[in-house]
Formats: sequence, structure tokens, C-alpha cells
Amino acid sequence: MAEIIQEEKQEGGKRKPKKHSTHIDMTPMVDLMCLLITFFMLTTAFSKPKVMEITMPEKDNKPDPKTQTKVQADRTYNILLTGDNKIYWYLGLADPKKPPMPELNKTDYSKDGIRKFLLQKNKNVFKSVEALKTKVIKGELVMADSTLNRKIKELKRADHKAPIILIKADEKAKYKNIVDIIDEMAICNVASYAVVDINSVELDMLKNAPK
Amino acid sequence: MPKIKLPTKSPHIDMTPMVDLFSLLLTFFMLTTTFRPQEAAPIDTPNSISEKQAPDKNIITVDITKDNKVFFDMNKNGKTFDKNGKEVADTASHFRKALLAKMGEHYNITFTDKDKDKFDKLSSFGMPINSMKRWINSTDPKEKAALQKGIPIDSADNQIAMWVRFARLTNPNAEVVIKGDGESDYKTVKKIIDVMQDNKVNKFNLITNLMKAEAKLDE
Repeated sequence: MAEIIQEEKQEGGKRKPKKHSTHIDMTPMVDLMCLLITFFMLTTAFSKPKVMEITMPEKDNKPDPKTQTKVQADRTYNILLTGDNKIYWYLGLADPKKPPMPELNKTDYSKDGIRKFLLQKNKNVFKSVEALKTKVIKGELVMADSTLNRKIKELKRADHKAPIILIKADEKAKYKNIVDIIDEMAICNVASYAVVDINSVELDMLKNAPK
Repeated sequence: MPKIKLPTKSPHIDMTPMVDLFSLLLTFFMLTTTFRPQEAAPIDTPNSISEKQAPDKNIITVDITKDNKVFFDMNKNGKTFDKNGKEVADTASHFRKALLAKMGEHYNITFTDKDKDKFDKLSSFGMPINSMKRWINSTDPKEKAALQKGIPIDSADNQIAMWVRFARLTNPNAEVVIKGDGESDYKTVKKIIDVMQDNKVNKFNLITNLMKAEAKLDE
């Protein structure tokens, strides 16, 4: 045995044993991975959709005047939404039996339109809520989110002169309009607002509204 | 002139780091993925500042497209509660099957168990009840799309009201999510909300896109 090995060594002494490369061809693997990544990236729904919660006033087919909530006319603003992204608002109650009829004012969805109007009317609440929020952000006050939300709610309720907004939309209004206006309520920290049905008096007002 | 021998470079690149990265990404995506639900029609939702996340279980979804077609969806499983308000395991309840059975009974259409199984796997739908069977059994995607005409909502044949009613009966705890296109008419949305309110739903989740808004008070 020893001899044979010796012989071999002599013969192939200078021949290098063939080195096998450690590289594997990874191209097919990379191809497949690319494909899978692309697939997952495209099918993934990353951000869960956000929702805006609204609670509608309960429907009551036979409203009882005794249990109905009375709202003060001098702090009730009616916002009328109609087609072509137009908004009108008026103060108080529109009742043809009780003239004078309130004046209809036109505005729009821009920053200087409805938002400015709401902020002005809701100045006090907005200020106090913002003050509380900045305190929390700056770290001067430390509280849990739930406590903060509760405090904000309390602040909103505390003001008895804050506006009450009634949102009414006619048939020409788009869904976007109603979402936008509810959103404005949230932006401007309006405490009390409701989406209610439009009545015939208001429809007439809209017809004769300034263009 | 001496010949200059250019060193022959191997065309192989070391792909190991690339593969490493790819595996990492792949694992990440595979683990985090939640599949986007099939959409019957593209819906462009309006914007709002709300940051509340949409519930993903136990929901009734009503989709309203740009051209005011109405689609309905109810997810398969959800939380069910017993009489004492305790949660019962999810898997036992097959709301969709029960819903279809109830609808069939009401409109005198018999759905076989096979139909129900198929319906269980499908997502949102929008067609009059009489073409429902065809939609379930159709294999041609074109035909399927053509059948999705929207659920009738006129007062003469208000099928959405029946869907909502039976959905509420099968799963009384379901939350209502409305996914409307910004350009759809408020009239249609109002109709849906009215139907919901008739079925004692007063709380709605409107799906919106998150958008920041600034509000500053000028003195």
C-alpha cells in the first residue's frame, strides 16, 4: 500500500487537485426571491384604513315635544351643504311664521372659509383645548391618552356659549362634503354638532341664495 | 511589443449580501402581510384627520362607488357573545352562510350547500338577489364583473334593507363600516344611513384617508 501511494505522489507531485469553487449559482434563487418580494409588496395592505366615527341622532317617528332637546337659537348655527362645493350658513331658526328670516351667508371649504368661521365662533374652547394639548406635547403635563381625551371632552362641555352646529345637506351635496364638514368640526374642536335632515324652508332659502 | 494579458475577470458577482437582504425583506413582508381585500370597484375615500383605526373583524361593510352603486359585505367570522356577554370562540360562527340562507328563504331562492360554501369564500358583492346564484357559480371574471350592478336601494325593491336586517340578525354585534367614494351623492349615503337607523344602528364608521390639517386662530 505504501508503495502505491508513493508512486502516485511521485507522478502527480506537481498536479494541483482540482479546486471546487465554493460559489453556487444563486441567480435562480435571486430571481425567485425578487418575484416573491414584489408579490408581497404589492398585495400588502400596510396601513389599515382609518375611520371617522359618527353617531347619528336616534330616529324617532313620533317626536315628543317634552323630551326633545331644546337648543338655544342664538348659539345655533345651521350649515347648509349643497352642490358645487358650496356652503351656506345662517344663525338661529328659520321659521316663516317668525320673521325676520335669518340671513344666508355663503362660504367655502377652504382654510379661510368655513374653518375661519368655526374657529372664531369656537374661540374659547379651541384655545383651552389647544393649550392643554401643547402642554402635553411639551411634556409639562404627563397623562395617558384616555385621560387626555376625557379632559378635552370636559373642556368642550364646560363652555356654555360655544356654538351648536347643525349640519344639513341637500340632495346635490356629495358624500365628500359631509365628511369634510364633520372633519372641520373635529379640527376646530366643536363640541356639539349633529347631522340632521334639511327642511323645506331651508331648501327654499337655498334656491334663493346668493350665487 | 509584449502582449499585455488582460486578467480574465470572472463574470460572477458575489450575490451573498444581496441574497441576505432579499431573504430579510421577504421574511419581513411574509410576516407582516395582511392581504388587501378584493375590491369590487375602485373607491376613492375622502380625507379626514381621524386617526382611529378601522375595525377588521366583526364588521358589516357597505361600499358606495362613484356612480352610486351599492355593495355589501359581511365578514365570515367575528366575535360572538353568549347571553352573559362572554366571548365565544370565533370559528364556530359562519355568518356569511347563515346570511345567505336567510336571504334565500326570504326571496324564495334555494341555495345549495355548495353555493353557500362558495359564497363564504367570496368578498363584497353588489347585485340584485336574483342574479346572486349566477354570480356565485360563475367562473368567468368578466361575467362576474358584469353582474355586479349594485344592490337595488329604491323604496320599491329595497334589497339593501333586507341584507342589513338579516346581517344584523345573524350577527347583532357587528359594527357598520361605510366606505363611500368622495364623489358619490350624499343622497345615496343618506339612504344607507336611514336603512341602518331603521335597523337600530346609530353608530357608523366612515372610512377616510388620513390627512393632516392645520388650524390656527388669528387674533
